[in-house]
Amino acid sequence: MNTLAQTLFNGMALGSVYALVALGFCLVFKASGAVNFAHGSLLLLGGYLVAVLHEPLGFAGALAVAAAGTAAAAAVEALVLRRVARANGPAVPTILTIGVDILLLTELARRIGGDVLGTGDPWGAEVLTIGGVTVAQARFYSLLAAALLVGAFLAAFRWTGWGLSMRAYSSDAEAAALMGVRGDRLRMSAWLLAGALAAVAAVFLAAFPGTGIDRTTGQIALAAFPAAVLGGLGSVGGALLGSVVVGMAEALATGYQQQLSGLGSGLAEVVPYAVMVLILIVRPQGLLGAKESTRV
Amino acid sequence: MTALHDVSLSVPAGGIVTMLGANGAGKSTLLRAVSGTLPLHSGSASGGRVAFGGVTLTGRPAADVVAAGVVQVPEGRRVFAGLSVADNLKAGRLGVRARGREDARRATAEVYELFPVLAERRGQAAGLLSGGEQQMLAIGRALMARPRLLLLDEPSLGLAPLVVARIAEVVRHINAQGTGVLLVEQNAALALELADHAYVLDVGRIRLEGPAAELSRSDEVRRLYLGERPEGDDEPTSDDEETASVAPLGRWSR
Repeated sequence: MNTLAQTLFNGMALGSVYALVALGFCLVFKASGAVNFAHGSLLLLGGYLVAVLHEPLGFAGALAVAAAGTAAAAAVEALVLRRVARANGPAVPTILTIGVDILLLTELARRIGGDVLGTGDPWGAEVLTIGGVTVAQARFYSLLAAALLVGAFLAAFRWTGWGLSMRAYSSDAEAAALMGVRGDRLRMSAWLLAGALAAVAAVFLAAFPGTGIDRTTGQIALAAFPAAVLGGLGSVGGALLGSVVVGMAEALATGYQQQLSGLGSGLAEVVPYAVMVLILIVRPQGLLGAKESTRV
Repeated sequence: MTALHDVSLSVPAGGIVTMLGANGAGKSTLLRAVSGTLPLHSGSASGGRVAFGGVTLTGRPAADVVAAGVVQVPEGRRVFAGLSVADNLKAGRLGVRARGREDARRATAEVYELFPVLAERRGQAAGLLSGGEQQMLAIGRALMARPRLLLLDEPSLGLAPLVVARIAEVVRHINAQGTGVLLVEQNAALALELADHAYVLDVGRIRLEGPAAELSRSDEVRRLYLGERPEGDDEPTSDDEETASVAPLGRWSR
């Protein structure tokens, strides 16, 4: 029973971190129509900045600067993509993101080398015991922080002019332009937000029981990619739901490792993709993917 | 490819001007040049000038054109299908700076008064409305910004005759409130009946222009755009019948 409760909590916590990453994927896809394969490297950049800066600036200061720096990097990527986007359809910018990913990852891997960098987060290896269930304090706070950030985002998406612009623009870019929506600024805002969220996610991915930032942190974050896809790429609700599904699946595979040992070790790393494939076979548009709601 | 050559067109303040032309005549290109959406179609203006009032709009982004008071209702309605009717109308004010909530509320009330069907369906997804209702929504959405000049691109396209007649009524009503209208149409009978002044665009050049009443009597227009035979009888039946077919409706209800 305790194992189950603990596993479910870990699944939610992991899912909440994935949600921050998947939301970034989803926003960028809505705004630019491209799948950003460099998102994991942007996340690694955010984590790296926190790791390097937390000593001079303190954790909070480092996180703020890292979020801004990652957002800026995402904005630069958006500018590069913009030059090729209009003429070439969605495939070319998406391929370009793979190039950006390789460049960014190579440089970060060169700087990080074989090290595992601490982020100086305030939670350390503390644990909390809630109702007989022991969980890492960092996971509790990651759940809290993600809930706040996602909640704030959803409120803005639903009720502000920015959110309406975003929804209108992703529905019909030209009609939105005719209503006075400035597509360039809107696209940029989506990329900036995606970058900042990735930096926050990096901190939580590195925190206990994670070991810190290393050169593979970006790849771990890519589990958020199947989350965004299985939820229905371009659907905000789908990205969030998909993140929980993937987080849960991964936590269950980890928590019941012994019982599942017949499938070999390392199942947790494969499970997000397996779940994605299974769900897409049943629902090709993803859990909450765009249904055709147009009457002809 | 150049779609337009030496086309010069003007809409007097508060007037209704129509531009006729067959498919591929360059009508959409001309509207895009005005509304600043040419870049979205990988196009650009290599020369010429677009101005509204005293403001030069040549090459300005679409948002600046909206801010200047020129709003286009796109061809094919292009409502935001997944958004509710109410959100579609709100989206019509995304290009409006300043002018507070009070003005937004008044604009919404006016649109709902003009199109009561939209008020009834304000919570529905716009994609589920009928074609006529979507056209009403597209026009209402544009009116939310309180344009001084409304660009209408083929508002009658694909709609039943009765609905077309009601749209004509709505255009008259909007114009009577002091909004200038540039109406681009393939339905020449409708357009010439609504407009004060008309231009005929043919393969990127203005072929004819003049007062709408005069053009609707010209043999060339009648033959090419009103579907009459050249040797046909000269009685002005066509015009009169068209006028009579427009029901004297105050507003659109269903």
